[in-house]
Amino acid sequence: MKIVVLVKHVPDAQFDRHITGPANTSDRDESILSELDEYALEAALQLAEERGGPKAGNEVIALSMGPSGAVNAVKKSLQIGAYSGFHLSDDALAGSDAAATSLALAAAIRHISADGRPVDLVLTGMASTDGETSLIPAQLAERLSLPQVTFASSLEVAGGQVTARRDAGPYSETVEAPLPAVVSVTDQINEPRYPNFKGILAAKKKKITPLTLSDIGLDASQVGLAGSWTVVESAEARPPRTAGTIITDEGDAGIKLVDFLAAQKLL
Amino acid sequence: MANALVFIDNPGAALKKSSLELLTIARSLGETAVAFTGELNDDVAATLGAYGATTVYRPSTDDLENYLVGPKAAYLAAAAAESGATTVLLDNSPEGKEIAGRLGIKLNAGVITDVVGVEPDGTAHKSVLAGSYNTSAKATTPVTVLSVKANNVEPAPAGEASVPAITTVDVPADAVAGSARISARAEKPVSGRPDLSEARIVVAGGRGVDGDFGPLEELADALGAAVGASRAATDAGWIGHDAQVGQTGVTVSPQLYISAGISGAIQQKAGMQTSKVIVAVNKDAESPVFEIADYGIIGDLFKVIPQATAEIKKRKG
Repeated sequence: MKIVVLVKHVPDAQFDRHITGPANTSDRDESILSELDEYALEAALQLAEERGGPKAGNEVIALSMGPSGAVNAVKKSLQIGAYSGFHLSDDALAGSDAAATSLALAAAIRHISADGRPVDLVLTGMASTDGETSLIPAQLAERLSLPQVTFASSLEVAGGQVTARRDAGPYSETVEAPLPAVVSVTDQINEPRYPNFKGILAAKKKKITPLTLSDIGLDASQVGLAGSWTVVESAEARPPRTAGTIITDEGDAGIKLVDFLAAQKLL
Repeated sequence: MANALVFIDNPGAALKKSSLELLTIARSLGETAVAFTGELNDDVAATLGAYGATTVYRPSTDDLENYLVGPKAAYLAAAAAESGATTVLLDNSPEGKEIAGRLGIKLNAGVITDVVGVEPDGTAHKSVLAGSYNTSAKATTPVTVLSVKANNVEPAPAGEASVPAITTVDVPADAVAGSARISARAEKPVSGRPDLSEARIVVAGGRGVDGDFGPLEELADALGAAVGASRAATDAGWIGHDAQVGQTGVTVSPQLYISAGISGAIQQKAGMQTSKVIVAVNKDAESPVFEIADYGIIGDLFKVIPQATAEIKKRKG
């Protein structure tokens, strides 16, 4: 089975994050592999291992689109266990919205399929931890004319079909789709493994293939700000919340709390 | 020709408040049409009219419910084309956002999610990076697709009710082919409390509740609130994952957020940041949550919360 896992290099949510520049894009200086992508990577590794791993012809490919630093998300994925990686990077991609990003990723996946071994499964996290739109799995599936299975909290592949459980909404659902398919997974699906020393050493020998727009057959006008269908016109840092009244309970704090709620007309 | 098209997915016997909010926003953009799925109940049809919908589209098949996203997006694309609407509005549920995503590609339309306000010219307001920035965004395409968060406008019926025309839209024959099919579906137990994503008040607990959500549930019931939890509390198995508030759980922006036993580490703070009023109860005076709380109580939640519950019940008689 050939599995592509989308991995994104995102600003670390442990620190304050910033929007900069004329196009109001995220500052990516302090970036890491998006935490939610680790669940997709783990799910891919488990599926490949159940089938005999690389010796049995399985592939787990980490694909990242982003500026030069985004190769670190691919490297981290290789340390965790991905077999190989692709890094799609081109100055013209900067500022791409979801529509332009899904166009570029779809072209990259077609390119990765063009070696005669078509991709069976595209796995993603439930959302990135920066944009958080969760549009990419749906838009990528639409671009590739593939079924999408989103928010999977369990996943099985057998007989050319993927079967998943979804628990996110008001229902618990079992969902089936024929392969190839795009599947996004939640943080409930597994416990991602950590890279160990052996994995970090092994990663140095694994191949990362750089891709540019011309490799995937796209023109600069189709991506980036030029190819985006939405524009962020302004971004203002929200004034930080300030502390209000703080009291220490002296046996009547519950009553004082109700007084506060009543004064705010919240009862 | 409609200006705005509102997608309402299978509401059953009554429209949700979030649907009424979408209809209210749509009317501010001009003539409103509705793309509907499921059984069109008489009361629902009357409410759609009261909120100014002039046309209600229905799909030519009721099979859409058995598939994820793709066929609904195909139906909605057909309805959008027929209505001539330049703005399509959907709710901001995970499925609403995904239908918006696929629809955007089908219509070559820019999609903006997590919208909290819409200007008459189509400019959308949203907050990003966990509430730390407010942005204005606009689609550069002839059609705009917006998924709108609940609780940001007050639903208001139109001055004059209309009787909407009901029109059936042909769902493209290939819409279900190659889509993910729902082979089994079980309704989850209903708590009787408001839906967390739409609740006006949220009472949320964290590590400090130490396994016992009972006092929080009693306060929530006294306030008509939903119960939420930090990831630490759901990971510990004290409450279902459905209750998890924040990035990998439910996004909330209620009028009032009561945080009990939550320290307020940066990601937890992000989950409550866009609430109008934040109340925090925590034993540890150094908890970061006190930096953002409008009203903070340094104290034992097992004493403070039950006392507040009793006081609310007393005042409400």
